[in-house]
Amino acid sequence: MSAFRFSHSPIDAVPLRAELIDPHCGGFAAFEGWVRDHNEGQKVTRLDYEAFEALGVREGERIIAEARQRFGVERILCVHRLGSLDLTDVAVWVGAASAHRDEAFRACRYVIDEVKHRVPIWKKEHYVSGDSGWVNCERCAAHAGDADLETGHAHHHHDHA
Amino acid sequence: MTAPLYGLVLAGGRSSRMGRDKAALEFDGRTQLARAFDLLAPLTKRCFVSVREDQRSDPLRAGYPQVVDRPDVPPGPAGGILAAQHAHPGVAWLVLACDLPRLDAATLQHLIARRDPARAATAFRSSHDGLPEPLCAIWEPATAAALAAALRAGIHCPRKFLLQSDTLLLDQLREDTLDNVNTPAELARLGGGKVSADERELTVQYFALLREQAGQREETVRTRAGTPRELYAELSARHGFSLGPEHLKVAVNTEFSDWSRPLSAGDAVVFIPPVAGG
Repeated sequence: MSAFRFSHSPIDAVPLRAELIDPHCGGFAAFEGWVRDHNEGQKVTRLDYEAFEALGVREGERIIAEARQRFGVERILCVHRLGSLDLTDVAVWVGAASAHRDEAFRACRYVIDEVKHRVPIWKKEHYVSGDSGWVNCERCAAHAGDADLETGHAHHHHDHA
Repeated sequence: MTAPLYGLVLAGGRSSRMGRDKAALEFDGRTQLARAFDLLAPLTKRCFVSVREDQRSDPLRAGYPQVVDRPDVPPGPAGGILAAQHAHPGVAWLVLACDLPRLDAATLQHLIARRDPARAATAFRSSHDGLPEPLCAIWEPATAAALAAALRAGIHCPRKFLLQSDTLLLDQLREDTLDNVNTPAELARLGGGKVSADERELTVQYFALLREQAGQREETVRTRAGTPRELYAELSARHGFSLGPEHLKVAVNTEFSDWSRPLSAGDAVVFIPPVAGG
């Protein structure tokens, strides 16, 4: 199975962790991203995730291959949840196992940071107010509305975070 | 202090001698406009396309950051340069005509490396008549006031303007790099000339905000758009997308792609809004 996967059902960490167990490894680090109840001053009630899965798996696998090469860590796995999520649900799970702890921590950190920036996944937040919005998109769209290319608003670059 | 260097591709001409839009002419499967912009953009801090007011939403031009001609200035290359200087004061402009099919990155890099910001402009000496080539040249901020005055005095020729200014002249690396094409005969000699491709059928998949604004997950489109940039401009006009292309990435056939890549029949295109995993 691919080292980067999408899941349309709740993520269960126990079997994922079990996939990484290896007598050669003495350190295992995992990161879980959870759905929290607030973002940028708004009260969040739930999230929808969607992805361009075919390209997302490719890009996710590239990230894991980079982490293996950089940190010399063979056993890495990342699963990202899609669909409708409630508060406290696991949105993403990353695990890395290696001979020593330092590489495992670093590989884990590298994978989650790169996944957030590069994998085509989108998050729609639903708020207590009844509003909703696509994270990182609405802000750009607001700027595009008054994007007068001659006055320079259009060079508003964000980092595709 | 050296002023930051911006790029300006002139694409507002009427192409009267050619009889069709020079910016849309294709060489090796890419339009002259795309070729010029892609050469210039990586070498400059920001890069724009100079257009007339009535060209703003033209599909070939709509996908680029634009500087639009001012109504109070006569149209033409000098007017385009002046509009850029007004819109972004205090920067130097590497001004480039879009009809230089033999221009290469080495020529632009040479111009930038030899630039003297203390002079009014840095330009190549024409290999034909020894005069400055104004449309592959760096115009320093100091030229702005003088150019406005020259236009008011009826001097519309940018070559004449640079001739009368303190212009540093460089020899060209090769003598044909700045040869332009103005007539169908010149074009045929250089082996180009397809105006734009026939209609072809592509599939476009939408995600997230674009999916909601398009009101569908996927559509088949018949289009003359030759690149993802042109296709996005066309679809954006149809669906009213709120995101500009500068906020998006693009994928063709399930791989990240360049905005200027030529599109072929059957290609599957996805425009990727800002991502937010994790």
